[in-house]
Amino acid sequence: MSDVASSSSLAMSGGRKPLLDVEDLRVAFRTEEGVVQAVDGVSFHLDAGEVLAIVGESGCGKSVTGMTLMGLTRSPNARFGGRATFDGRDLLAASDDELRRVRGAQIAMVFQDPMTALNPVLRVGPQLVEQIRAHGDLGRDEALERARALLERVGIPRPEERLRAYPHELSGGMRQRVMIAMALSCDPRVLIADEPTTALDVTIQAQILEEVRRLRAETNAGVILITHDLGVVADVADRVAVMYAGQIVEQGTLDELFYDPQHPYTWGLLGSIARVDRPRPPRLPAIAGTPPSLADPPHGCRFRPRCPHAFERCGELPPLEARAGHPDRCWLTPEQKRTKRRVGGQIGLAHGDEEVAA
Amino acid sequence: MTRFVVRRLISMVLVLFAISVLTFLIFQVIPNGDPAQRMAGRLSTPETVAAIRRTWGFDQPIWQQYLTTMKKIFSGEVISYTQQVNVLDQIKQDLPATLSLAIGAGIIWLVLGVLFGLLSAIRAGRFTDRALTVLALVGVSTPVFLLGAVALYFLAFRVQLFPNGGYVPLTSDPPQWLYHMILPWLVLSVLFIGIYSRVLRSNLLDTMNEDYVRTARAKGISERRVLLRHVLRNSLIPIVSLWSLDFAAVIGGGAILTESVFNLHGVGQYAAESIAQLDVPPVMVVVMFGAFFVVVLSAVTDVIFALLDPRIRLT
Ligand SMILES: Nc1ncnc2c1ncn2[C@@H]1O[C@H](COP(=O)(O)OP(=O)(O)OP(=O)(O)O)[C@@H](O)[C@H]1O
Ligand SMILES: [Mg+2]
Repeated sequence: MSDVASSSSLAMSGGRKPLLDVEDLRVAFRTEEGVVQAVDGVSFHLDAGEVLAIVGESGCGKSVTGMTLMGLTRSPNARFGGRATFDGRDLLAASDDELRRVRGAQIAMVFQDPMTALNPVLRVGPQLVEQIRAHGDLGRDEALERARALLERVGIPRPEERLRAYPHELSGGMRQRVMIAMALSCDPRVLIADEPTTALDVTIQAQILEEVRRLRAETNAGVILITHDLGVVADVADRVAVMYAGQIVEQGTLDELFYDPQHPYTWGLLGSIARVDRPRPPRLPAIAGTPPSLADPPHGCRFRPRCPHAFERCGELPPLEARAGHPDRCWLTPEQKRTKRRVGGQIGLAHGDEEVAA
Repeated sequence: MTRFVVRRLISMVLVLFAISVLTFLIFQVIPNGDPAQRMAGRLSTPETVAAIRRTWGFDQPIWQQYLTTMKKIFSGEVISYTQQVNVLDQIKQDLPATLSLAIGAGIIWLVLGVLFGLLSAIRAGRFTDRALTVLALVGVSTPVFLLGAVALYFLAFRVQLFPNGGYVPLTSDPPQWLYHMILPWLVLSVLFIGIYSRVLRSNLLDTMNEDYVRTARAKGISERRVLLRHVLRNSLIPIVSLWSLDFAAVIGGGAILTESVFNLHGVGQYAAESIAQLDVPPVMVVVMFGAFFVVVLSAVTDVIFALLDPRIRLT
C-alpha cells in the first residue's frame, strides 16, 4: 500500500525526486499500558515550495510523525520502521550526529505550544543566537544582528527590546513568532509547523498563517502544516493528508479533499466546519465518540466503531488505495460515497439515525 | 526591594521572638529543671538555694525572667548557669570550628550531590543509576553518629589514617586543620549527598521532558549543551534553595552529632552540652543564632532564586 501511495506521489511531483519522501513510517512506544503504535505505516512526500497539511483529531499521531522526522522521538522506549528520505539520506537511519546537523538547519520545527516551548530562564536573544551559531560560524554580534532581523521579519515590533526580554514577558502570539523566527533562522528547506495557531486567538492566527504563506513564497521551503483545523487547511495548504489513529486515511490535493472527499472520517471533519454561520468550535465535536486507544486499536478499519456507514467488510483493514482519483482507506464504492456523504445538502457524516438523505 | 527587606526584617523579629519564648518555656516545664537547685548542688541548704534564687532573679515572674534574659543576650552580658562564663564569648570561640565544618561539608555535599544526581539521571534505569540509588538510600538511612563512630573506629583507631577527633584552628596550622576536618566533612556530607542526588535526579528527569528542552534539541545544538544549558541549569534552581537552608541549619547548631562525635567543640556541641545540663541561656542563644541564620539565608536564597529565574519577583 505504501507503494501505491508513493508511486502516486511521484506522479504528482512530475517524476522528480521529492524534497522529503516518507515511506511506511512506523513509530511505536513501549509504555506501561503496553505498546502504543503512534504512527502505523504513514507515507507521504513533500516538494519544495508546497504546503502539505496533516489533519486529524487529537492523539492520532500527527506530532509524533513530525517530531520523528527530526529524530525528536528517539528514546530507548521507541521503535521505528520505514524510511524518511531527505537529501538522499534516510533520516530514520541517520546517526544522532548527522541528524543534529540537519535539525534546525535543513529541517526546522515550530512546536504546538508556544507558551512552554521557550526556556523560561534565558532571554530570547541568546535562545535565537544559540541556533544560528550552531550551524554557521557567525560571531556573537553578527548572530545577534541576524536574530534581530529575523524578529523584524516575522513582524515583531521593537525587536531590539524583545531580544533582551524573557519569554514570560511576551504574549503567546509573540512567543509563537519568536518560535517561527527561530525555525527560519538557518533558512530551512523543510518547515514542520505543529499546530502553529491552535493556542492563539483568531486575529493572531491569521497573522501567523500569513507568515507561513510568505515564508513559502520567499524561501521556497516545503512546509508540513500539522493541524486539526480544516479552516486553516483551506487557507494555506496545497495538499492534505488526513490521519486517523496512526494511519493516513485519505490523501489528495486541497480541491480533491474539499470537493470530492472519499473517507467518512474526512466527511466528519468537513461537516464540522461547513457551517460558516457559527463560530468554528476548537475541537471538532461533529464526529460522535472518541478516537481509539493506540495501544489497542480496533481490528479492521480503525474508524469502524464510529462510522455510521460501516458494513461487514469493514472488519478487514482497507488499504490506502486510489478508488476515485486519490487514495483513501474505505471499502465503500465511489458511488456509495457520493450518496452517503451528502447530509442536508452539505458534505458531512450522518448520525446513526438520520442516515443518508439524498 | 525595600519592601522585600522590610518584610524579611519583620519576619525575622517575629521568628526570633517566637523561638526564644518557646525555648524559654520548654525549660520552665522540664522536671528537675530548677536552675537554683542545680547550681547549689545536691547537698545544699534551703538558705543557699534561696539566696541563689534571689541573686539570679529566679524568684521573679516568668515573663520578668524572660525579659531579663533577653536584655542580657542583646547587651552581650548573658552568663551561663553551670560554667558561669559569658555565653557570647563561648560561641565566638566555638564558631570557627562550626564554620569550618559547615563550609567544607557544604561544598562537598553540593558538588558530589550534583555530580551523582547528574550521573544518575543521564544513566537513568541503567547500572550506574541503580548503584547510585542504593548508595543514596544507604547514605540517607545511616545515622550520623553511627557513621561517625564507625569511621573513627576504622580510619582513626584501627588504621590510623586520620586523627581521633579534635579541632585545630585554621589560623594556627592549616595542614593540620585540613587533616582534622576531612573525616567530619565526609561524615556530615553523606546524608546530604544522598538527598541532593535523589532530588536533582528527579528534577533532571522532569526537566528533560519539558517542551523547551525539546526545542533546544530541535535547534541542532550538541547534546552536551542541551544538558548543561537547558536541563541542568533549570534543575539546579531548587537545589540552590535546599542548599542554603541546610547550610544555615548546620551553622546554627544543626551539626550537633557530627561535632560531638568528632569532638570539634563547635557551636552544636556547645548546645548539646548545655541541653544536657539544662543550662537555659546558652541554649536560647544558640537556638536564636540558628534561627537568625536560617532567616537571613532564606532571604538570600530568595534573592538568588530571583536572579536565577526571571519569572520570580521579590516580595
Ligand atoms: N513519548 C511517547 N511515549 C508514549 N506515547 C507517546 C509518546 N509520544 C506520543 N505518544 C502517544 O502517541 C499518540 C499520538 O500522539 P501525538 O502527539 O502525535 O498526537 P497528535 O495527533 O499530535 O495530537 P494533538 O492534536 O493532541 O497534538 C498519543 O496517543 C500519545 O499518547
Ligand atoms: Mg500534536
